[in-house]
Amino acid sequence: MTPFQRPVSAIWWLKKRAYFFFILRELTSVFIAMYLVLLLLLLQRLSAGPGPYAAYLRFLATPGMFAFHAVALAAALYHTLTSMSFLPNIIVVRFGEFRLPAIAYAVGSYSGWIVISVLIFWIVVLR
Amino acid sequence: MARTSEPFWWFLFIGGATIAALFVPVHIVITGAASWLGQAFEYERVLNLASHPLGKLYLFVLISLPLLHWAHRFRFTVVDLGLKANKRVVAVACYGSAMIGSILAAIVLVGL
Amino acid sequence: MRVATPRISLEIQRYRPEQEQEPILQAYEVEYHEDWVVLDAINHIKDHMDGSLSYRWSCRMGVCGSCGMMINGEPKLSCATFLRDYYPASIRVEPLANFPIERDLVIVLDDFMEKLTKVKPWILRDQEKPLSEGEYRQTPAELARYNQFTLCINCMLCYSACPVYALDPHFIGPAAIALAHRYNLDSRDQGGKWRQQVLSSEEGIWACTYVGTCSVVCPAHVDPAGAIQQAKLTTTLDWFRDVLLPWSGR
Repeated sequence: MTPFQRPVSAIWWLKKRAYFFFILRELTSVFIAMYLVLLLLLLQRLSAGPGPYAAYLRFLATPGMFAFHAVALAAALYHTLTSMSFLPNIIVVRFGEFRLPAIAYAVGSYSGWIVISVLIFWIVVLR
Repeated sequence: MARTSEPFWWFLFIGGATIAALFVPVHIVITGAASWLGQAFEYERVLNLASHPLGKLYLFVLISLPLLHWAHRFRFTVVDLGLKANKRVVAVACYGSAMIGSILAAIVLVGL
Repeated sequence: MRVATPRISLEIQRYRPEQEQEPILQAYEVEYHEDWVVLDAINHIKDHMDGSLSYRWSCRMGVCGSCGMMINGEPKLSCATFLRDYYPASIRVEPLANFPIERDLVIVLDDFMEKLTKVKPWILRDQEKPLSEGEYRQTPAELARYNQFTLCINCMLCYSACPVYALDPHFIGPAAIALAHRYNLDSRDQGGKWRQQVLSSEEGIWACTYVGTCSVVCPAHVDPAGAIQQAKLTTTLDWFRDVLLPWSGR
């Protein structure tokens, strides 16, 4: 009598919400990487001189590039939110029997994120 | 004890994921809105910012670590999604391209 | 005139290797009782309708971990899953996913048992101290470090929920790693170095991609996914200490 081995579907990640959102979470890194390549190209064009730099800025202003930024931002925000939600389960902070509650991690990480974002925006744009 | 290099890659992954989570969204907003932020994107100004030693260091970390975070995640996702490739080949390809990206970033930044 | 008792339909997966090439679904209609769990309905079927149905169960109160099944595609303890949460729709009952099927709802659990023993989930000492020196004492704070991970009932729902285990059966898996982590965190234990050979292998903690569904389905709230990431963090810190300070010894 041989036990029956059930095959794994090739599209297993489409069969459950949780699996789908897991794959989505992992794929946010693709958009982040693509954005960083665009940023690297911006720096390369910057070093090439004012002409190529201006041309690249015009390229960034095209509707296609604007749409890409919108998608990449959504992906990056999903990455930020999921990463922060994992913190309390990965880095356990204890004081004797007391375990630092998840809300404390949330307050810390979100306020840190906001401070950093405002600071970067100020340095790059407003200053 | 150092029988596997996984801790090293995981460490870079966690570092890159942290940088990506905290620093990347605001940069996407800024470059996405570049055409509305006219003055901020003037050639001289951006060049000054980016060619400052601290600016270079910051940009190198901003680009290289999240690229390695992508490599680590994508390496597993490719296998999860059913690509029947050799795991080691996938790993070398992913980390390799992230490292090439980091080296290119270093070259561009040094030349600024 | 008697009011007809409401009824509910259960579609139970059957696999009798002597008569079926592959599993089929068989429908049974049983009386619906608001206070019945799925296991009550299956026991009723076994006792009054079809004695040939095979499944595992024991305590009926979520402690023994024997009655795990896929209920409408989700791994659950059938003794803790009420009919009322599905009624009037029918309920599909299948054996735990990701394990080979022995017969009907009975899975082959040898693989899990083997992995469980591999991580040595018991207190290991370099040298036992003699009885005359008394017991190994522990403070409440030392207990709190690992207490959550002692709650595992070995029900294997986490393996059923884990796509990494589905894709690579060599993966040590959530429950075994969480238990290894439990003993590694125990102040009385000195066996970390032995467990590490299994834990930090490619089939150990590094295969986990933190899908997180193991912790969602865990009926004892053990959070095996968290345990695995914590083990990655500890292992990474140890790794760097060994590489950067090789003379520190361990």
